Amino acid sequence: MSEHNITTIPSTFRSKPVWLAGFVAVALQAFAPGPADAAGDLRTVAVADPYLEMHTGPGRGYPVFHIVDRGASVVIVMRRTDWYLVRTDDGTEGWVDRAQMELTMQPDGQKVSFERAGQDDFMNATWEVGILAGDFGGANIISVYGGYSLNPHVSIEVWGSQILGNFSNGWMGSVNVVHETWPDWRFSPFFTLGAGVIHTQPKSTIIQGADRTDQVGHVGAGFRIYATRRFVLRLEYKSYVVFTSRDENEEVEEWKAGFAFFF
Amino acid sequence: MESRIRVLFLSTLVVMLAGCAATKNLFDFGQENAAPPTAESPGQVIDPEVERREVKEPKIDTENFEVGGFVGLMSIEDFGSDFVYGARIAYHVTEGFFVEATVGQTEAGLTSFEVLSGGARLIADNERTFTYYNLNLGYNILPGEGFVGEGRAYNTSLYLVAGLGSTRFAGDDRFTVNFGAGFRFLLTDSVALHIDFRDHLFDIDLLGEEKTVHNLESHLGVTVFF
Repeated sequence: MSEHNITTIPSTFRSKPVWLAGFVAVALQAFAPGPADAAGDLRTVAVADPYLEMHTGPGRGYPVFHIVDRGASVVIVMRRTDWYLVRTDDGTEGWVDRAQMELTMQPDGQKVSFERAGQDDFMNATWEVGILAGDFGGANIISVYGGYSLNPHVSIEVWGSQILGNFSNGWMGSVNVVHETWPDWRFSPFFTLGAGVIHTQPKSTIIQGADRTDQVGHVGAGFRIYATRRFVLRLEYKSYVVFTSRDENEEVEEWKAGFAFFF
Repeated sequence: MESRIRVLFLSTLVVMLAGCAATKNLFDFGQENAAPPTAESPGQVIDPEVERREVKEPKIDTENFEVGGFVGLMSIEDFGSDFVYGARIAYHVTEGFFVEATVGQTEAGLTSFEVLSGGARLIADNERTFTYYNLNLGYNILPGEGFVGEGRAYNTSLYLVAGLGSTRFAGDDRFTVNFGAGFRFLLTDSVALHIDFRDHLFDIDLLGEEKTVHNLESHLGVTVFF
C-alpha cells in the first residue's frame, strides 16, 4: 500500500468538539444503521483515480482540503445527495463527489457502482411523491399524492387535498389510475381516472348550511416532465363530478401544477 | 386569489429557471461530453484480462432527510407578537434544491381596538390559536463555511424558501403563501442549527374589509439529518 497522506490545509481542518461527539453519537444511533467498517457492505473502496479529492462540504464550492493517493483505501461513511463522506485510514473525513467515487474499486479489483437517478428511473421508478397546487372551481387547492407504478405505463395514486375557497373550505381524498402512453418521453403525457370523497364546510358567516360529504368521480389529463435527478414537474387538468344528495350533480374543473420526486 | 396563485407560480418558475441556469453544473448538464479524466488509465488497478463481473452497489447510509423543531417569535398582523414553536422536515433532492414541510403554532393577542374598547372581542378566545402548515421548495443559494477561531470550520448555507399552505386562525382555514430565507449552520455533518425568517400572507376580512396580511416569523431551530 502506498503512502497516501499528501496535503492538509490547516485553515479548513475539520475538528469536532468533544461535547458534540456525545450528542451526535446519541442522535445518530437512532438513525444510522451501524458502524461503517464492515467489508461485506462494500463500504471500503480503493482509489483507482490518480487521487481522490476530499472537499470540506457536500457541494462543488467547498474547497479541497485533502487528497488520497491511488491505491489507498477509504471507508464510505454516508451519502448526501450526490456527495459521499469518506474516512481515510488516519481518520480524516471529507466529501467526495459521485463522479470521483465511480472511479474507485473494491479491494479485490471489482468495480463499484454508485446509484444515480436519471431519465431511465423517471420511467421505471416504483414510487413517486409530489405536491401540487392550483385552482379548484374558483377555490385554491393544495394536494399531496403518493403513486405506485405497476409498470412503466400504469400507476395507482392516492391523493389528499385541502380546498380553501371564499365561501367554503374542504378536504378531498381520491384514488386514481394513471396511464402514460409514452413513458420514455421527457414530456410524458398521461390520462387519469379516479374516484373519491369530498368533504365541504361552508363558511358559517356567509352561507347557512351544514357540512357535506359527497362522492366524486373524475377524469383528467396532464404532463409529467422530467426535470433532473429525481425531480419531476407535473401539470394537470381534472374534471370532477360531485354526486350530491340534491337533484343535480355538481361539476368542477381543476387546474394544478407542482413537482414530484421518484424513488 | 387566483391572480396570486398565478403570480406565485410564475415567480416560482422564474426562481427555478434562474436557479437551474446558475447551477447547471450541479445537475451535470455540462458534463455529458467530458469523458472522466482518467477513464483510460487505471491500468495498475484493473487487470484487463479479468472477466467482467457483476457490478455491486455498496450499502451506504444515505442522509438526505432533515427533521427538527424550532422556537421563535411570530407577529400576527393587528394581533401582536407571541412565542411560536413548530417542526420541520426537509428532503434534499440535490445539493441545491430541497423540499420542506413545516407546521407551527402561536397565539394571537389583542388588537388595539380590543384593548381600547375595554370588553369588546373581535374573536373568541379559542379562535386565537394560530396554526399553520406549509409545503415549500427551497434552494441553497450561498453555501459556505463559517470559521470559529483559528482551528474550526463549520459548513453553513444561506437558503431561500417559498411555498403554499394553510393557516387556521379566527375560526377559518386560510390559503397561505409563505416565503423567506434561512441560515443553516452544520455543527457536525448530521446536526444543524437554523435561523429562519418567514412571511406568511393570507387574506382576512375580520376588521371590516378584506385585506392581505403579513405575518412575520423568526425562529431558531435544530435539525438532524438521517
